Amino acid sequence: MTGRIYVPKDSTALSLGADEVASAIAAAGTGHAVVRTGTRGMLWLEPLVEVETPAGRVGYGPMNEADVPGVLAAIAADGAHPLCIGLVEEHRYLKSQQRLTFARVGIVDPASVADYVAHGGYEGLKSALVMAPLDVVKTVTASGLRGRGGAAFPTGIKWQTVHDQVAPQKYVTCNADEGDSGTFADRMLMEGDPLTLVEGMTIAGIAVGATQGYIYCRVEYPEAIAALRTAIAAAYAAGYLGADVCGSGRHFDLEVRVGAGAYVCGEETSMLQSLEGKRGEVRVRPPLPAIEGLFGRPTIVNNVISLASVPVILAKGAEHYKNYGVGRSMGTLPLQLAGNLKHGGLVERAFGVTLRELLYDYGGGSASGRPLKAVQVGGPLGAYVPVQHFDTPIDYEAFAAVGALVGHGGIVAFDDTADMAKLARYAFEFCAIESCGKCTPCRIGSTRGANVIDSLLAGDRPGEQRRLLDDLCETMIQGSLCGLGGMTPFPVQSALKHFPDDFAPRRRH
Amino acid sequence: MSSVEAHEQGAVQSAIDRFGQQPGPLLVVLHAVQDALGYIPPSAIAPIAAALNLSRAEVHGVVTFYHYFRTHPPGRHVVQVCRAEACQARGGATLEAHAKARLGIDFHETTADGATTLEAVYCLGNCATGPAIRVDGRLHSGVTPARFDALVTGQESK
Repeated sequence: MTGRIYVPKDSTALSLGADEVASAIAAAGTGHAVVRTGTRGMLWLEPLVEVETPAGRVGYGPMNEADVPGVLAAIAADGAHPLCIGLVEEHRYLKSQQRLTFARVGIVDPASVADYVAHGGYEGLKSALVMAPLDVVKTVTASGLRGRGGAAFPTGIKWQTVHDQVAPQKYVTCNADEGDSGTFADRMLMEGDPLTLVEGMTIAGIAVGATQGYIYCRVEYPEAIAALRTAIAAAYAAGYLGADVCGSGRHFDLEVRVGAGAYVCGEETSMLQSLEGKRGEVRVRPPLPAIEGLFGRPTIVNNVISLASVPVILAKGAEHYKNYGVGRSMGTLPLQLAGNLKHGGLVERAFGVTLRELLYDYGGGSASGRPLKAVQVGGPLGAYVPVQHFDTPIDYEAFAAVGALVGHGGIVAFDDTADMAKLARYAFEFCAIESCGKCTPCRIGSTRGANVIDSLLAGDRPGEQRRLLDDLCETMIQGSLCGLGGMTPFPVQSALKHFPDDFAPRRRH
Repeated sequence: MSSVEAHEQGAVQSAIDRFGQQPGPLLVVLHAVQDALGYIPPSAIAPIAAALNLSRAEVHGVVTFYHYFRTHPPGRHVVQVCRAEACQARGGATLEAHAKARLGIDFHETTADGATTLEAVYCLGNCATGPAIRVDGRLHSGVTPARFDALVTGQESK
């Protein structure tokens, strides 16, 4: 029997043995062609092997090497096997999702331009090439897309500013320094469908008149870096990048640059410094990067998911995208379910889905079987959200109203064994390790904050320590140059507010 | 000149020749040196500074700013343990304490026999199936203390 068998080579799948499974399938000599893809995002089922059938792709997972002979025998017979999950796209975790940005992830061969085009790829670029550049910008503005990196600034407005500048050189830069714990959407997209990002950046370049793009990817993502470089080479070879994009006469070059383990380089001005080969120290704004960015030139700085959402907006129109979502949070957001959840993974849904649906309907509750205590949304600088706020919809404004942030859509769940004082202390410790050192509130406040929590827990004049801590948080929020120092107090303050008992003086261990 | 020094200088010169002409080349050059040698030797600073028209202080400042760059040779195996929240939510703190005790070293140290360097890392992007570690470039999920011993002991004997 022949046909295709799909085995993910996403990092998480690899960490669970996907390469060994793929080799065992190839070695079995059944005549199936093994195609390596990204992941569907049902990460507890990885490695999830999919078999092409007349009805669609049927999944088997989680697989390991030892399961391969049995599963191959099942495929040759009627397909039934204890690991069979049925038609993958009918699985309830996937079926209820609204995948716009992640439409192809887990389905296509990330290295193949032909496969990308066969699944609707480059439709957005095709539309953009016959539009006036300003109309491309206007389409992105009309879609309501806001920066998916966390700051939620309207993407089209940023593009407009760069478009309006007159300069001998402009740049499009992609912030792929996805350092937030609990987030992996950028990585999943770059590994599973990198050409969507390449296409989004090409459209951005054409819209604002930039001929050079850089993707700044963190060094912790070697598989993503390799997938991007392969995809970029394939796009050049097929004429989608270079001096004459698709014969349009437009020029766009693209290159991957690799970070070096500095969380602060996810801050846009710090990232630009790093791209210039400097220490990743935050720059004072103004001037905005859109006016004086990389090498002093007008520069778009967008997150991976923002740029990867552009092709579908151009292909299907601003209205189509905008019709998803609620209020001023339009379109979809890829949410990442992480930490102590039974069914961790990626869920792309329109804004408006609640935390409770995500944690229980998708996430299946805690992996440990214990009750959930809190979730941290939006990375290490995001607030801890207690159970009583689990009905909050994913919506930038609704989250702000409960003192939290949506950020990049990472959701880290903790069960009732979590020690919120330790987590608050960790927030300061992390800030101290990652501070670029340029501004005092962040550089010194972070270390001081960890010390004050130590004193508080040791019972050393707790009332006084508590006042000091509140004052310190306020100073960092008001006085820091960027979000690292300015937001580190958010997890601390939310832990103090919602879990005061965890901060009671305790006996030394 | 020792053979080690000659090897280092060769790698540095090759990195400069290949990448020195790019816009904003310093990180690219430093990556190439570390990829080739496993570290950035102190002897790399002066030639890179001269080739890129920077001061030695600027190059040194960049090398020391970034956690990923190291200035000493690592052990034969490098073990990165994720310390971030998503792994903490799945037992990361226990794993971290175990790793240090098992190897008898702290983060950023190498065992006395030169076998293993232990590094802290803040998120490997493997947040749904933690605790996560990376051993010599290979990522692992669901690492319990027992699994850590199996993975790292397996490496030590090689």
